[in-house]
Amino acid sequence: MSGIIGKKVGMTSVYNAEGKNIPCTVIQAGPCVVTQVKTVEIDGYASVQLAYDEKKDKNTSKPMKGHFAKANTTAKKKLVEFKKFNDAKTIGEVITAELFVEGDLIDVVGTSKGKGFQGVVKRHGFAGVGGQTHGQHNRLRAPGSLGASSWPSKVFKGMRMAGRMGGDRVKVQNLQILKVYPEQNLLVVSGSIPGAKGSYVILEK
Amino acid sequence: MDLVKFVNEQTPKNALPTFNPGDTVTVHYKIKEGAKERIQQYQGVVIQRNGVGANETFTVRKVSNSIGVERIFPVNSPNIDKLEVNSRGAVRRAKLYYLRGLTGKKARIKEKRGSY
Repeated sequence: MSGIIGKKVGMTSVYNAEGKNIPCTVIQAGPCVVTQVKTVEIDGYASVQLAYDEKKDKNTSKPMKGHFAKANTTAKKKLVEFKKFNDAKTIGEVITAELFVEGDLIDVVGTSKGKGFQGVVKRHGFAGVGGQTHGQHNRLRAPGSLGASSWPSKVFKGMRMAGRMGGDRVKVQNLQILKVYPEQNLLVVSGSIPGAKGSYVILEK
Repeated sequence: MDLVKFVNEQTPKNALPTFNPGDTVTVHYKIKEGAKERIQQYQGVVIQRNGVGANETFTVRKVSNSIGVERIFPVNSPNIDKLEVNSRGAVRRAKLYYLRGLTGKKARIKEKRGSY
């Protein structure tokens, strides 16, 4: 596996080789700097830590400044650890969008948009009551029964109910890379990805 | 948003003649049937143009066997072989939705006069 950190830019569409119009997402990916390489001997597990997105020096704490100084780089906003990196990385190495080539299938991890407090129909895909007739007048999107009666005399844990929706870590798998623009650090990926415009995403190959 | 615009500008543009809503056009559209490719012609009135870049489309309306048919073509689709402008229409609006409610002589569009 290898990966990179990026930012969602927005959606548009492009034509593929067969002339089909493909909906796609534009992602600004990298350049990322390797700020730490963890090893089994020292840290107990192996991973590569990448940093992305420039940050003002005055907003960076002294410990973090020291951490970035070790990698000989400027302060960055987003740090992500990747386990099981294919090729060995050295501290200070720069990873760019050229990691990917057109046609690659990648996974994208992001944080989905927050939807607030939602009912069961939107949150869990319940069907609601279904009919508006037969005397039904105020339970169109109600969850219905929560369980049986004297046994078990309780509502089971994990019963799907209304509540906060969205804002979760979501992974979308097997998105095809349609275009790579290395000069602008841009990737064009088929389909949609989780999160709002400008939110950080992790791309894994 | 500028970077989305950048990606949109990378879409190869079709070299089509300028045409506007109200014009009667013939679209030569490539159709793939298995390995074979043939070209189908579709003639009608352009009733709207919409969008930019890879999303730019135009709608062509014709009346076939007294049934109105509307077809939406992407302007920059690689499948558009050729587009001919048969006549220029003199119309006063950008979206000619009013044509949908009209039939026969009422659905005619006056031809623009002068050279373009």
